[in-house]
Amino acid sequence: MENDIGLWSVLIAVLGGAIRVGTPFIFVSLGECLTEKAGRINLGLEGNLIMGAMTGYAVSYLSGSPWLGVLAAGSSGCVLGILHALLCQNKQVNDIAVGIAMMLFATGIAFFYGKAFIQPSAPHLPSIGFGNWSSSPVIKAALDINVLFFLGVALAPAMAWFLRTTRWGNAVRVVGESSDAALSLGMNINRVRLLSTMAGGGLAGIGGSYLSLYYPGSWSEGLSSGQGLMAVALVIFARWNPMNCLYASLLFGGAAALGPALQSVGINWGYYLFNAAPYVLTLVIMIAASSAKGTVRGMPGEFVK
Amino acid sequence: MTEQPILEALSICKQFGDVRVLNNISLKLGRGTVHALLGENGAGKSTLVKCIMGYYRPDDGQLLFEGREAQIVSPEQATALGIGMVYQHFTLIPNMSIAENIVLSRPNLPAVINWPAEISQLEQRMGEMPFQFELRRSINSLSAGEKQKVEIIKQLLLNAKVLILDEPTSVLTPTEADEVLDKIYQLTRDGKLSVLIITHKFREVMKYADDVTVLRKGEYIGSAKVADVDPEKLAKMMVGEETLTQAPSRASHKNRRCVVQIDKLTVNNEQGLAAISNLDLELYAGEIIGIAGVSGNGQKQLTEVLGGQRAPLSGQLRVNGQAFGASRREMVEHQFYCLPEEPLRNACVANLSVADNIALRKFDSPAFTSMKWIVKRKAIRDFALDLIQQYKIRTAGPEQNIGALSGGNVQRAVLARELAQALSVLVVSNPCFGLDFKAVADIRARLLEARNQGTAVLLLSEDLDEILELSDRFFVISGGQLVYQTTPQEADLQTIGRYMGGH
Repeated sequence: MENDIGLWSVLIAVLGGAIRVGTPFIFVSLGECLTEKAGRINLGLEGNLIMGAMTGYAVSYLSGSPWLGVLAAGSSGCVLGILHALLCQNKQVNDIAVGIAMMLFATGIAFFYGKAFIQPSAPHLPSIGFGNWSSSPVIKAALDINVLFFLGVALAPAMAWFLRTTRWGNAVRVVGESSDAALSLGMNINRVRLLSTMAGGGLAGIGGSYLSLYYPGSWSEGLSSGQGLMAVALVIFARWNPMNCLYASLLFGGAAALGPALQSVGINWGYYLFNAAPYVLTLVIMIAASSAKGTVRGMPGEFVK
Repeated sequence: MTEQPILEALSICKQFGDVRVLNNISLKLGRGTVHALLGENGAGKSTLVKCIMGYYRPDDGQLLFEGREAQIVSPEQATALGIGMVYQHFTLIPNMSIAENIVLSRPNLPAVINWPAEISQLEQRMGEMPFQFELRRSINSLSAGEKQKVEIIKQLLLNAKVLILDEPTSVLTPTEADEVLDKIYQLTRDGKLSVLIITHKFREVMKYADDVTVLRKGEYIGSAKVADVDPEKLAKMMVGEETLTQAPSRASHKNRRCVVQIDKLTVNNEQGLAAISNLDLELYAGEIIGIAGVSGNGQKQLTEVLGGQRAPLSGQLRVNGQAFGASRREMVEHQFYCLPEEPLRNACVANLSVADNIALRKFDSPAFTSMKWIVKRKAIRDFALDLIQQYKIRTAGPEQNIGALSGGNVQRAVLARELAQALSVLVVSNPCFGLDFKAVADIRARLLEARNQGTAVLLLSEDLDEILELSDRFFVISGGQLVYQTTPQEADLQTIGRYMGGH
């Protein structure tokens, strides 16, 4: 009987963790998905995430409004996105290299300005207690869901719809699939990529604000543990499909919650091993998605060259 | 022609840097006619139509569309006016459906696209189209010929009044080419469509064009009614007074010695699908074996396997009776050399000098090294200078980067490298693609010479005329299999076309 409860609470904790830990993944992966759909890879999103976390926390602390913090985090991500896009527009510039440089740059800036905000405590984002009917603290904790999660869940189908049916969304796809075709249609490739990278960067920034304003819920330098980079793998796993990005994010979130969940029921061995689950998952996915001989299905045509 | 032309270009000039690409070019496209634009590579044909399409701004000159001056500054604007172009390199988006490709190329697309309505609208108009397609099919699943047709109906659905076709038949089988051009020709007869077609095939000009304009090296040579000219006259207009290299006559060899045996070769393409399946082929010394076929039927993969650039999935490759894995050592041992298509991309290091590229095969051989490890720069330079002269490679010097050379000269340089030693096997793929008459004549003469000296030559070419001219016997490749074998003497174009089309 005791074992049963243990198993159940692990499952519920993993489910709650999928939502709690997965939310920033949703934003970052959708941002990366949009950027890659336009034919560019932005590895700098890890930087956007950390920058967003710092900016969001600082603005929330200074203004007293966490939502203003989210807005500021998104804006900081947009600015970084624009910078990435502008750098990539130059000839002979490689988007991967720029992405890594941008990641280090943004992380450094965030640490520099964030020093002052490590101590004070900023107002948090509100959450909705879906578990209040239950007396079990495990269920209560698991079903305490942040508003940003719902925003992320709504964003995935919205992005799928945007890419499929709107003029702008189709412009993004054309530019990402074939720059030759885009040129022959008179599209401004650089502008489409600039806007996509900007919006994608903004989403990653919002994801960052979730980290500092909700879970784990404070600003520190070790806040992000590579979520921004894992999102790149996640987008490949999701085959560049926004809905799949949502599911994959939840899967990653669940994997990340495995360690704490097991610890909460008293399984202490292998805590760090289980904490490594999302990284192992990333590796497994990269290996599973790779092919020695071919290109990955669904990959935007511009990457195939 | 008494009627006013639908499109007129008047003394167009265009300069890139110091190079005059177009010098006072004029052209009149009559309403409801097919007008051929003829010229060698580098004659300025593509630049001229790109000026018309708004890709380039001409430095000087005027464009008149339906009698009024038109300032076309972007391809979008050309589309809006009713000028559509089918590019030589297709601009269809491979991962999208036919319907998506057509709808997305429409100017003034609404902010939100109603896909079901758009598709049913397209379906209604498909009836008037010369070619029929299931609109939901993905471009990936189409053959080159089908893509060409989709490009054409795309332009027709965009209400093009003027259609510009850039080398439309270069990827088609002869049968397909006739079908497409027939349909296009019929469409022009009721005056609703006028066509400007870039080509270098005289047969197509004579059969389908009403008028012809010839360009040479950026100069306007002349225009004429096709009824008033013959291929000989056109050739003279295109080439000028240059004399072409005469090909040596075929030497006959007495004993047929099998040099290369390919046994049940199966090769996958990038998508992991079979590009070549169970292919058997034998090459004999002193013989040119042709492989004819439409691009994308496994020729690329076959060349890559033979050139050591791709591992086969299964099958045996034997040269002189020994297993051959296309390693550098084996290539030297068996004198096995290869000229892949697009040699700048596939067989050169673009950022190395012409001399270094020419020496790639033997810079590590005793003649070019001292104490086995130190490369003798001077020997490489002398070797290159000699070949540059022999093969008439036009370069600023052996130190120039090979990437800066024109296509014909890169081809000559790589051919020089591959032919510069005793040779028993030579694999060449589309050796004359995109080259001018003079370079073509040079290269074909070299290939025949190699054959006469006893080399076994495998010639893969999408140009059937080239196969018919050079090969001793040839196969048709389709879907990764050799489906038909014949000789140029017995060849029947209809039959070959049928096999090339995969029927």
